Formats: sequence, structure tokens, C-alpha cells
Amino acid sequence: MSLFSEILQFVFTGLTIGSIYSMVGLGFNIIYNATTIINLAQGEFVMFGGLIMVFLTVVLKFPLFVGFPLTVIVVMAIGAVFERFAIHPLRNASLLTLIIVTIAASILFRGIAMFIWGKDPYSLPPFTPGSPVMIGGAVIMLQTFWVLGTTLAIVVLTTLFFGKTIVGKAMSACSFNPMAASLMGIHVRKMILISFALSAGLGAVAGIVITPMSLMDYDRGPMLAVKGFCAAVLGGLGVGYGVVLGGFIVGLLESLTAGLIHSGFKDAVALVILLFILCFKPSGIFGSEEVSKIKKF
Amino acid sequence: MKKSWIAFLTMVFCVVFISPGWAAYKIGFVASITGPASWLGEPEKNTALMLREWINAASGIRGVPIEIVIEDSKGMEADAVLATKKLIERDNVLVVIGSSTTGESMAMVPICEQVETLMISMAAALSIVTPDDEMKRMEASKKPWLEVPKKQRYWIFKVAPSDASAVEKIYIYCQAKKIKRVAIITVSAGFGVEGRRQLKRLAPKYGIEIVADELYGPKDTDMTAQLTKIKASPAQAVINWSVGPTQVIVTKNWSDLGMRGKIPLIQSHGFGNKSNIKLAGGAAEGVITPLGRVLYAEKVDPKNPQKPVIMKYKTEYEKRFKSDVSTFGGHAYDAIMMVADALKAVGADKKGIRDYLETKIRNWPGTGGIYNMSPTDHTGFGADGFEMMEVVHGEWEFAK
Repeated sequence: MSLFSEILQFVFTGLTIGSIYSMVGLGFNIIYNATTIINLAQGEFVMFGGLIMVFLTVVLKFPLFVGFPLTVIVVMAIGAVFERFAIHPLRNASLLTLIIVTIAASILFRGIAMFIWGKDPYSLPPFTPGSPVMIGGAVIMLQTFWVLGTTLAIVVLTTLFFGKTIVGKAMSACSFNPMAASLMGIHVRKMILISFALSAGLGAVAGIVITPMSLMDYDRGPMLAVKGFCAAVLGGLGVGYGVVLGGFIVGLLESLTAGLIHSGFKDAVALVILLFILCFKPSGIFGSEEVSKIKKF
Repeated sequence: MKKSWIAFLTMVFCVVFISPGWAAYKIGFVASITGPASWLGEPEKNTALMLREWINAASGIRGVPIEIVIEDSKGMEADAVLATKKLIERDNVLVVIGSSTTGESMAMVPICEQVETLMISMAAALSIVTPDDEMKRMEASKKPWLEVPKKQRYWIFKVAPSDASAVEKIYIYCQAKKIKRVAIITVSAGFGVEGRRQLKRLAPKYGIEIVADELYGPKDTDMTAQLTKIKASPAQAVINWSVGPTQVIVTKNWSDLGMRGKIPLIQSHGFGNKSNIKLAGGAAEGVITPLGRVLYAEKVDPKNPQKPVIMKYKTEYEKRFKSDVSTFGGHAYDAIMMVADALKAVGADKKGIRDYLETKIRNWPGTGGIYNMSPTDHTGFGADGFEMMEVVHGEWEFAK
């Protein structure tokens, strides 16, 4: 195996892991954009996505194209219920309190999942069966194309949503100044509800596409949340394309470090670079200093 | 009238609460029944319940029933310590069996040593039964791979095979296959760290060179990068050491990278669960792993003295609990049956039970292996407790 194909393999691996981080990061970003809350239960939405999909397609034997949207809808409902029962009643609490509430929710979700599914990991069959593809000596699994394609579709859709639709624009308005937004006739509480449902749905999609590759179990959430959060902060929280690129950067760094330096350093390198960037540009690589100054967090 | 009532009540109390104290042999049993290590503690608890019934249905030992007091240590050292103290002080048990993990067992060791009570651990680490100074002496040696303990903790025994034994079994297999260069890939937590240390320590003894040493985190979702590096190395086999989802992901990545048939994948004994094969889909085909015989009891040679023991245990366990048998439940079986044999011979004598274990457990067929306890070996068996098995059509077959 030549060095070129080795590096190519690391790059493909990095892109695959990176796109998962991107999707988790985007989930953070949507709620942050509407409320400036960092939803630390984001990883649990991913976990629910994977496990509910397993239940629907493996246990109840629903076909993929039925199970996929149904899972996303169920998880969106979980996100909406979470907002109604945990975030909404505390609308006058401080931001920090709300963030701590999301930590509590993540522990609760994990507990519920453990009761329902137990501690064993679950797997899904790949969406398209078949042997991996060889490109330049590197092996690419078919599921990788699904992951990359889904990420691309989600990036396009969210960009369109926030840039072109009234609801999307209204949601961004809420984050800058909820008071002003509500004076403009925007129903702020509704926007927050939508943002939780959307980001839960996004998490579910990420969970569904990665389960065939990396299995899913009840406590996978926190690790994904940490990595997704790194991606979001690195790229610049609040900036959609920045978060996505941040995810790919973290993923690529991890796999290149594991491959070319040593696998023991892989998590450390990504975090050191994150710290380094935050020292010099606290708003993230693609974040704008002015915008981050007006935000509370 | 009143006085006679009080006297009557006292008598009732005596019968209800005190009588089991003298009319039964009390065995303390600590396991991680809930918490992160419940996959160990659950089958151990089930086995304890089943054996209590078996023994008492056969009218106990010397006509005296046994009582197994089960405590849950929840995978936490502090709970294991509390449970042990409770068993010794309040329940006045003759023996403490437990616990499921190395950390908990290590925390229990000083208590049992202090009150001079026999403890039989169901965890793997050699340091449970070997005193600290002896471990240090072995590690400081110039050739650590040739060292074996010369003394053991007086009151402490264990029934689970040491990680080193699984490593030795793998290296013996490699030697037979003329594999001289191996790559190791291990999880950077508990089980994997100890496995990695033993893999590195014992390699020179078998003339094996470790040409790649890769790591991953316990929650990682992809090990393609590490395996790509191994694929490019001169390794003739790759050895993975982990438990949980990561060992399945490694198997999938190994299969997807097309390494099957070129660089065989050898998994640790932690892979010994049918659900791993199922989770990996077809990817586990060809995976080789050292396994205790209880998992494939039907295939074991009928001449093997373990055969009747493991067949009975496996069929009864699977019939009763409707789940696959595991080696962990087997550890509980071995510990309880050893104590039962000792009680049969010496009765309720703490020191006598200990001495019986050390001197009379010879060629004793259990589920883990054929035990030969001695003053310098409180585990009783080594690499001979394992056979190398290969996944063929989703089943364990003897590796050729």
C-alpha cells in the first residue's frame, strides 16, 4: 500500500467522521441561533435516532424509506416535548440555568434509553448492500457515500432554510434580540419550539446514517456531543457553513493524526488546535467578532 | 400471661432470625449486578441462585443447607467494600466470593486479609492474588516475560483466567502458525490497557515482534485509520483487545478494508459472546479468538474432564434463564463449587476451607479450566483454559 493511498484512506475516514461531527454541530447551531442555549442533550438525539431506527426497521421490519422519516418525526417530537416541558416553563431563567437543564435532560434521556434498549449495542444493515469501492488504493464503504451525501443535503437545506425562508430568518432574529423580534411580530416561543424540533430531527438523521457503520448504544451521546461542540466552536458557533467545515477539520485532524503520528494523540491534537484557535480568535475560524460580541454567550 | 407472651415472642424471634445462622453454611457473594459491569454481575448472580437450589435440593452439604447472601457492588469500589464489611460483620459468612471487576476485588482484598477470611475473586488481574512487593519484583526484573509469582496472598484466590493467559494462548497459536510479526490495536481504557501491557510483556518470550501498536478510545466510531496503518505494516496478524461496541467496529473495519485472508484478526477473550458475531453481520467470519470451553461445550472432546461439568452448567443455565451462557457466570460456578467441596471435607472451619482450596483443588475440572491450586498459584490454571476458536458461518469452530 503506497503512502498516497494510505493518506487517501485517512482523508476518507476523516471526512466520514467529520461529517458526523458536522451534523451534530449543526444541531447545536440551530438551537443556539434561536435561543443562544447550548443544548448538551444534542448527542442523545443522535442516539435516539439510531436506536429508534433499529426498532422500526429491524424489529418491526419497516422498509428503509418508511423507517427513516418516521424515526425523524418521532425524535422531532421528543425534541419538541423536551422544549415544552423543560425549557418553556423556565423561560425567565438565566441562560446558564437552561444549559444545566439540558445536561439533566441528557442524563434522563440516557436513562430512558437504557431502560428500553438495555446496554447492548445495536446495528443496522447498510442502506445499500455491496462490497466497498476502491479509489486510488483506498477502500470506501458504500455507507460512507450515504453519510457524505446526507451531510451535503442537510447543509444545503439548512442554508436555504435560514437564508431564504421567513421562518428561518425569524429564528435568527430571535437569537439577536428576542424582545425586538417579538415587537416585529415574531412569535418567539414558537420559534424556539421549532428550533428544538429541527435540531432533534437533524440529530436523528445523523444517528440513522452512522448506525450501520459504528453501531449505536444508549451512552454514545456525550462523546458525540463533545466532538460536535468542538466542531461548532472551532468553525464558529452561529455560522452554519463554519460549523460544517469545523466538523470536517476535526474529523480530518483526528484521522490524519491517528494515521501519520500516533493514534494515542488523535483526540489531543484536535483539542490542542481548538484551544490554540480560541486563544487567537475566540469567535472561531469563520465566526465574526462583531456578531459574537452582541451575543450573550 | 404477659410474661408468657414475651417468652413466646422471643422464641419465635429465635426460630425466625437466629436459626438460619447455625443451621446453614453462609457464603457471602458480592457481584456488580447493576451498573456499568452488570454484564458480568448478572450471569454471576443467576448462577449463584441456581447453584443454591441445586445444592439445597440435594439436601445441602453434610445435611446442612447452604445460604448464599448476595450483595450488589454496582461496579463501584466503595459499595464493594461496604458489602464485604456487612457480609463479614453482620452476616458472619464463612467465605466471601467476589467481586466481578478487578478494581472492586482489589478494594475488598485488605478487608478480607485483615479479618482472615477466604476471598475468591471472579475478576482477572494477577495483582488480586499476588502481593504488591511480588508484583514489583516481577516488573523490575530484566526479563519480565519470564517471571511468575513466587508467593501469593494467603487468604485470596481467584477463579477467572489472567489476561496474560489469554495472551499466551494467542502467542502459542501464532508460533504454531509461524507468525513472527504482529500488530496490536487496543482500547485506551481498563481492559485494553492491561491487555496491551501483557501483549508487550510476553511477546519476547514467544519470539514475536510487535510491529505496530495502535490505540483508540472506548467511544470511538471508526478505526479505519489505525487499521490502514497496520495494513501497510509488515504485520502477519493483528490482535485487538477491547470489549463492547468497539471490538465489533474493529471487526467491521478490518473486513471492509479487505484484510481478511491477508492479515488475520485475532480478538481477545472479550469477544466471546455470540451477539458480537451477530452485530458484525458477516464481518466476523474468520475472526480468531481464545475462548473458555463453556461457550462451545457441545464441541469439546468427550474425553476432556471438563466436558460433563460444562455441559450440565450450560444446558441448565440456558434452559432456566433463556440467555446464552457466558464464561463470567462460569466463574461464579467454579468459586461456589470449590467452596462446597471444601465445606464437604472440613465443615464450617475458615482456615480449613482455605487450606483445602490451596492443597486439595488438584486436577479439579471447573468451567474455566482444570484447576491446580498451589501456594504459588492461587488462580489454578493458565493458557490451557482456552482453545483458539474461529468464526465459521456465524458459529465457533476450532481454529485450524
